[in-house]
Amino acid sequence: MNRQYDNFVSHQSPTNNHLSGNQMSSELNIVDGTGIVAQDLKAYFGNLEVLKGINISISKKLVTAFIGPSGCGKTTFLRTLNRMHELAPNAYIKGRVLVDGTDIYTSSVDPVLVRRKIGMVFQKPNPFPTMSIYDNVVAGLKLTGMHRRKELDQTVEKSLVQAALWDEVKDSLHKSGASLSGGQQQRLCIARTLAVNPEVILMDEPASALDPLSTAKIEELIFQLKNTYTIIIVTHNMQQAARVSDFTAFFYLGELIEFSATSDMFTRPKKKQTEDYITGRFG
Amino acid sequence: MADLANDGRKVKGSKASSAGTEFSGIGFSYWRRKVTSGFFTGLFSSSVLIVLLPLLLIIGYLFFKGASSVNLNFFIHRPAPVGEAGGGMGNGIIGSLFIVGLASLLGIPVGLLGGIFLGEFPHNKLSTVTRFVADVLNGTPSIVMGVFAYTVVVLPMKSFSAIAGGFALGVMMIPTIIRTTDEILQTVPLTIREASLALGVPYWRTVLSVVLRSAKSGIVTGILLSIARVLGETAPLLFTSFNNAFFSYSFTQPISSLSVQIFSYAISPYEDWHRQAWAGALVLVVGILAVNLAVRAFSRQKYEQTV
Amino acid sequence: MAVEIEGIFVPQEAIKVERKSAVQADHVFKFVLGVFAFSVVVLLVWLGIQLYISSLPAFKALGFWDFIKGTTWDPVSGVFGALPFIYGTIVTSFLALLIATPLGVGTALFLAELSPKWLKRSLQPLVELLAGIPSVIYGLWGIFILSPLMANTVEPFLSARLGFLPFFRGYPLGIGFLTAAVILAIMIVPFIISVSTEVLSTVPTPLKEGMYALGATRWETMKKVALPYARSGIFGSIILALARALGETMAVTMVIGNTPQISKSLFDPGYTMAAVIANEFTEATSDSYLSALVAIAFILLLITLLVNAVARWLIWRTTGVK
Repeated sequence: MNRQYDNFVSHQSPTNNHLSGNQMSSELNIVDGTGIVAQDLKAYFGNLEVLKGINISISKKLVTAFIGPSGCGKTTFLRTLNRMHELAPNAYIKGRVLVDGTDIYTSSVDPVLVRRKIGMVFQKPNPFPTMSIYDNVVAGLKLTGMHRRKELDQTVEKSLVQAALWDEVKDSLHKSGASLSGGQQQRLCIARTLAVNPEVILMDEPASALDPLSTAKIEELIFQLKNTYTIIIVTHNMQQAARVSDFTAFFYLGELIEFSATSDMFTRPKKKQTEDYITGRFG
Repeated sequence: MADLANDGRKVKGSKASSAGTEFSGIGFSYWRRKVTSGFFTGLFSSSVLIVLLPLLLIIGYLFFKGASSVNLNFFIHRPAPVGEAGGGMGNGIIGSLFIVGLASLLGIPVGLLGGIFLGEFPHNKLSTVTRFVADVLNGTPSIVMGVFAYTVVVLPMKSFSAIAGGFALGVMMIPTIIRTTDEILQTVPLTIREASLALGVPYWRTVLSVVLRSAKSGIVTGILLSIARVLGETAPLLFTSFNNAFFSYSFTQPISSLSVQIFSYAISPYEDWHRQAWAGALVLVVGILAVNLAVRAFSRQKYEQTV
Repeated sequence: MAVEIEGIFVPQEAIKVERKSAVQADHVFKFVLGVFAFSVVVLLVWLGIQLYISSLPAFKALGFWDFIKGTTWDPVSGVFGALPFIYGTIVTSFLALLIATPLGVGTALFLAELSPKWLKRSLQPLVELLAGIPSVIYGLWGIFILSPLMANTVEPFLSARLGFLPFFRGYPLGIGFLTAAVILAIMIVPFIISVSTEVLSTVPTPLKEGMYALGATRWETMKKVALPYARSGIFGSIILALARALGETMAVTMVIGNTPQISKSLFDPGYTMAAVIANEFTEATSDSYLSALVAIAFILLLITLLVNAVARWLIWRTTGVK
């Protein structure tokens, strides 16, 4: 159960960020209170157990990729991290998810606030069609009562710049959010997520519905964002994982098989299943 | 963590995160949002109760006030003269069935055949216009249909009649049946027609033998629903079939109907008639409910067949 | 002998290869069906023309606009003014809408967003049941149960608390505009509920998830995503309900008091277009009386026609269904 931490602890982080993850005892009892930690996390849809006990520690301000074949549970796991999983009918979890040391599933924690801190970008871009581009970006902000025009304007510009969309839409902010192309819509959704100033951004196959040019733009965006935000990206595209991520977790049939630095995972995978998947023996 | 903006300045309003306080809510605006959300969800939940309350009260009172008066007498006898006890609404019940039967003679063939046209040729110009007209007719008040029937049937005949009532209700059945038939036929997959045509079955035969057979339960459902709707109608009958104190089986004479009886008894000054009005109402609701349940049974049957 | 086609048995003799006569038969088939479809259009046109012709004597004798604006309805003296009925119809219908809309949309939001599936499945047939109860039975219940309740409890309460408004002054009879509006509200709320629930159920889940992912509460998601998306359809259902209310006859005539007057007080008895036709048609002794009543029916037809067309268009806009 602890093998993946051997990988983790014995390698340097590939980036120069000041934090490189938790020091974990083999009993998973001592946590230094940073990053996202899952402890024996199981996820269910009714009676069906789709995640069979995930233990992982994800470091802050880095990009972690979740890879694995369809149905392996990587998206389900992602959605447990911001308490979106439970929105589906009959969906629930067992186990713990710690964010900066706090279990986000205890009863004193409000999922509304969790989702504020941990934002999500979805596979198919979902801008709100009844709102303009401007209103889409500030949709989350308006919830907490930020109403002053000047502040909103500043945030809109800042978020759209961060999402590399500002130049393309700055003269048409009043247009409907749905009037943009697919790639632009996805960057709008990213801007919307950035506007509420989260600490973590979860991305569920953000580029899989987009053309190659937009995909490249999104990947570039991830590079620019990763020094500021913790990013977890689910992808079925291994080359993408190799390109953008610092750490990679390989899931199969609801279990976490291997978790290590990306360069190591793709050059010297520790488990046979990992190697089989990476070399394309099954998909 | 994120209390520094990208350019290094401290972002207003954030606080250094300490384990344990981040995700528990504090601050006025947060609680206001929570309370607002709870308030509205509570409001909507109570709407349901308020809406269902009259339903319970109406059904409840129907049973409470009417059940004791529903006996064999009620079904067999016609009204007793004023002041005399007893009597029933047997003639009204028979009359309603008679009128609805007449209405069906008009409504079902026209509605069905028209509906088949709409369903088989849905993008035809005539179909588009007819669909719109049918919807408009469905929304026309039944009393207007009654006035129409009066001018068309009662005036030339110079008397109230069962036929006039049947015409009024039949004309109401037509747009309902047309639309339900139309919609059901459009859900019949193209492959069924293609398979039949590929075997050399002529198109008209395909529709009659193959398509209709597969849409049968849906069509019957639509017909039953329209019957349930007109069974309870009163307004158009008030001056077409009018009313009759006796049992009548004539097409050309006024005839009693359950709904008109209920109405005239309800607004009368006699206690005994009020009591019978409740009984009649109970019988009417149970009858309509029975038709609705039959509809449900039919639809379930179709589902089981296709699974 | 039968052949099986996609699970349906077709008699053998249906499968014959005939060329020319088969094509002819198809044409006849289509033509005959088309005649029946066309007859529906003919029906509507005939309806309009017939009512118009029968109303002409009244319009000619009284003048169209004078008839509509006339406030006196005195058949004995031959004075026919339609305004009290138009007033009563509009007041009761809009008041009913005012009561039914929040309740209906609230219930629809509950069913579509808040309730567990099993509850939704058991509540929806109950709502349909409400819609299937005949008008005369609502009227019966209205006379003997609702009206005393209004007279003894509701109207005095309103009079005490809100009596400074002109609407709630007057003697609480329990029979009048307010009671009629309440009964109408009960009768039209199922239509608002069923259409609104349907359109709210078509709101795409990813859209709602996008809102939740930003840290929104349930109500905020309903307000900012679900309701705007379903706006046209919900509005259409409201207009549809209005069309129903305008034409409701029996329940209204049994609780409104059937008095042709225009009054600000909601406690006062009144009259609607549908109610006067129902009540007085068989008592119309003169041709001019009858023609006046038919004229009222004609006006009612025009109004409901217009309102229905608007409603259908609005619903079609959201769900794409005609």
